[in-house]
Amino acid sequence: MIDLTINPQLAETILTGFIESELNRVGFSKTLLGLSGGLDSAVSLYLSAKALGPENVLAVCMPYKTSPQNTLDDAQTMIDDLGVQSLTIEITDMVDPLINRFEDMTKLRAGNIMARMRMIVLYDQSVAFNGLVMGTSNKTEMLLGYSTVFGDAAAALQPIGDLYKTQVRQLARHLGVPDKVLEKAPSADLWDGQTDEGELGFTYAEVDKLLYLLVDQRYRPEDCVEEGFEKAFIDKVMGLMRRNHFKRVMPPIAKLSQRTIGYDFLYPRDWGT
Amino acid sequence: MKIRIALAQCNTKLGDVSTNLEKHLSLIGEAKRKQADLVIFPELSLTGYALQDLAVTAALRPHQEDPVFKELLLASQDIDLMVGFVHEDRRHRFFIASAYLSQGKILHIHNKVYLPTYGMFDEGRFFAHGNSARAFNTRFGRVGMLICEDFWHASLPYLLWLNGADILLFSSASPGRGLNENPRLSSSQWVEHTNRAYAGLFTTFVAHTNRVGYEDGLNFWGGSTIFDPDGDLVIRVPDFTPALAVAEIDLNELQRTRTRLPLLRDERITMVQKELERIISENDRPDH
Repeated sequence: MIDLTINPQLAETILTGFIESELNRVGFSKTLLGLSGGLDSAVSLYLSAKALGPENVLAVCMPYKTSPQNTLDDAQTMIDDLGVQSLTIEITDMVDPLINRFEDMTKLRAGNIMARMRMIVLYDQSVAFNGLVMGTSNKTEMLLGYSTVFGDAAAALQPIGDLYKTQVRQLARHLGVPDKVLEKAPSADLWDGQTDEGELGFTYAEVDKLLYLLVDQRYRPEDCVEEGFEKAFIDKVMGLMRRNHFKRVMPPIAKLSQRTIGYDFLYPRDWGT
Repeated sequence: MKIRIALAQCNTKLGDVSTNLEKHLSLIGEAKRKQADLVIFPELSLTGYALQDLAVTAALRPHQEDPVFKELLLASQDIDLMVGFVHEDRRHRFFIASAYLSQGKILHIHNKVYLPTYGMFDEGRFFAHGNSARAFNTRFGRVGMLICEDFWHASLPYLLWLNGADILLFSSASPGRGLNENPRLSSSQWVEHTNRAYAGLFTTFVAHTNRVGYEDGLNFWGGSTIFDPDGDLVIRVPDFTPALAVAEIDLNELQRTRTRLPLLRDERITMVQKELERIISENDRPDH
């Protein structure tokens, strides 16, 4: 049986400790993140507020002109619920000149431009706020590569990066994330009416179970067929994982010297802290 | 004879020996105030765990003249200590090691034998493996020390038991993993089951200190324990919480348990030796 149930209290204990430790050890006490009104940023926000205190958390809402009002309202509900600091910076005027410059602009390109503009806004605010940028990526999207490199994937730390989407939802319920956020169809909100599951072509419930077998339990693809998964589905998921692996690693450095960063110059990120 | 053991379930600063030494001295002071006879620190307590290339700069030579050991030996005048450090030998091999200090002397050094180099672990890349597991005498009787992966191999606790250890001192920097529906991580449960099993099977005391804190994305879960020769829990320090927890053990319990359950008396060492020799010779055959 594939059981993705987590103990949410244990997850909260470990993850709030992680946030506090990783910030404090490098001299920070504050964090900021982009709050979309969706589930992942909600969970990162609630964890951050619990770890650091709401006064040390800045939620930045960065709508585009097509962003639905209800997601902005949901974000505001959570800001009010937690009492965190907040800021709304609309990105339309920043991204439209680039988007409109090219006649062959695609939805994908426009979505990437928006994700990267939000990254620029966050990293600029991180200096103004004296806080580190909190990541909001979950394990499912990281494995599938369903993110914009140097965009939403850019962050100082990733508290929920080892939780599948269905597990993020369990944690969200435990943390008190509002029902309307829990029940909303997951969306990257890059264009009107977009949903993750519509774009990916499968549900999180399905793919999380398959990823759990392939990744956590080290099943071979043929073992997953025996467990009842369609071969075409497995091939598609394996293909996404492989093709997008570059998003999960640092760019390769061409080795020339005796000692090269990443190969034989090896230090932990928390060096000396 | 009753002794009081302090489990120093602490965090460390990665690669910063002098800061970690200060923490040791402060915890030793607290242990003295709590009338402890022995303090057990976690694996690599003087350096932190995920050292990678920091291992070289954090390494120590364990002797009287070393400035770090000098302070620890001074502190060991009236309380025994087990500390974790990177041990650099005369020929510049680096070991993950535990040292037992008592009354101003180093009684024993154990170099970690089993270096996990798989999955999330990379110890074999940076460290040399130890090559012995020996019990040694202390003022509380004969004890044996092992470090983390050492006690995931049943052979080492077994050897220490046969070598006379009545108290097994385990240290670890064990990264927590295996989140499921249970209130504790599966790695915590596994280690605790194993330690309880050693205590019961070897009718011996097993005291284990695991560290807390985070390094990069790794969490260290704490949950330090002492089990008695019946396999019963004497103390469990809460998970994820820094603490100096003191518990009393009664060494007379060894006699009571071993009278009731003479597993040590009945152990057939020469039969084990004979069978091991046979197994080793068969394994060496080319067609094996």
